[in-house]
Amino acid sequence: MSWAFLRDLLSGVNKYSTGIGRIWVAVVFMFRLLVYVAAAENIWKHEHDEFECNIKQPGCENVCFDHFFPVSHIRLWALQLIMVSTPSLLVVFHVAYRENREKQHNQKLYRNPGKIDGGLLCTYLISLILKTGLEIVFLVLFYKLYNGFKIPRLVKCDIKPCPNIVDCYISKPTEKMIFLYFLVATSCLCIVLNLSELSYLIFKYSIKRYLKRHMKKQQ
Amino acid sequence: MDWGALHTVLGGVNKHSTSIGKIWLTVLFIFRIMILVVAAEKVWGDEQDDFVCNTLQPGCRNVCYDHFFPISHIRLWALQLIFVSTPALLVAMHVAYRRHEKKRQFRKGDQKCEYKDIEEIRKQRFRIEGSLWWTYTSSIFFRLIFEAVFMYAFYFMYDGFRMPRLMKCNAWPCPNTVDCFVSRPTEKTVFTIFMIAVSSICILLNVAELCYLLTRFFLRRSKKAGSSKQQPNHENKEETKQNEMNELISDSCQNTVIGFSS
Repeated sequence: MSWAFLRDLLSGVNKYSTGIGRIWVAVVFMFRLLVYVAAAENIWKHEHDEFECNIKQPGCENVCFDHFFPVSHIRLWALQLIMVSTPSLLVVFHVAYRENREKQHNQKLYRNPGKIDGGLLCTYLISLILKTGLEIVFLVLFYKLYNGFKIPRLVKCDIKPCPNIVDCYISKPTEKMIFLYFLVATSCLCIVLNLSELSYLIFKYSIKRYLKRHMKKQQ
Repeated sequence: MDWGALHTVLGGVNKHSTSIGKIWLTVLFIFRIMILVVAAEKVWGDEQDDFVCNTLQPGCRNVCYDHFFPISHIRLWALQLIFVSTPALLVAMHVAYRRHEKKRQFRKGDQKCEYKDIEEIRKQRFRIEGSLWWTYTSSIFFRLIFEAVFMYAFYFMYDGFRMPRLMKCNAWPCPNTVDCFVSRPTEKTVFTIFMIAVSSICILLNVAELCYLLTRFFLRRSKKAGSSKQQPNHENKEETKQNEMNELISDSCQNTVIGFSS
């Protein structure tokens, strides 16, 4: 089980998406997943080993690291990628349910089970809202946990068993900050794409309904 | 998810590229991505562990490393390769959109559609003309811009392309000026120069492809302007023959490119 599973999942979702949805999948693949696997993972690989405190007291480094990094950036990033990709499964499940129904009743119930209309439209809109919500939740979590998106070079720690206040140095803070900003930028881009897809779909289907009603009135 | 997935995506674009585009793709995968994954990553693998400073002061090494390497060479190359590969996705999306339109026409039973079945639409190779020409040309243009920006960023951040053996650091908490030694400086310099050289080759290939496309565009326009004055039938036959020959040449080129399939 690895990121290849997520990649296959998203490729499956791509079939039932709108044009903007496909751009979203491409952005998630290229700028988030690929950057994570090819570059970001290695930066945070030895973060605990390279975290150094100006003290010989055993246990002080461990305690300080745990205090300043309750959940590592890279793990939050991975969780965010997984959570944000999952709502698209709702759409895949709904289409599979439609196809199953057609098989059971042995007749063509839908013009095209993959077309976004009726119940599938609701599912699609819900998945978009969930995706956007989860992106925002994770961005807020990052902001609250780490006091903004900055990573300082030096943190001062005075938790037991550290004697007085001790200077602790984080490894590669600039590189980590650059990739953190990259993460935030791609997250915001994905939020914008999701919101525009949402408005596009709502607009398109309201126009359709209005036209249908108008034609009925004329008849 | 790794570089293999990128290979699958870009391999699909290969079918609709010009010959120079196919060479560019080969150079990208063999001389840049493969070298990065197979060799360069191992050279930079121990970069912070083996970065040694002549001091026992805790924290000095971390701070000096961060000061001299704000972003590691290997990460910069990975980002460069990702950004440079992304414009090809535009072409892939445009081709997918055209295929989708043709499939819709076929399903509607449009008599203008000349395909026998959907498989033929899927396997069809689109010629680079019309709106696809504009998408393709702008993707090359963006590729050029990204390559140039990253090469400049590299030069700017590391003051040239050489990796020094010794760096003098006096950032706090280092006491006075401290000598810090980089691990494997010569090997890193060799790989840096190699990657920069291949980047330059890719830039040249992109410029050549851009010139080729523009030349073809203007030649076609002048031919059309000329043929509208002469007899249309005669010119069309000659043009169709030339088009068929071009197709044969580019198809044979496609077959000789290593390892790419749709």
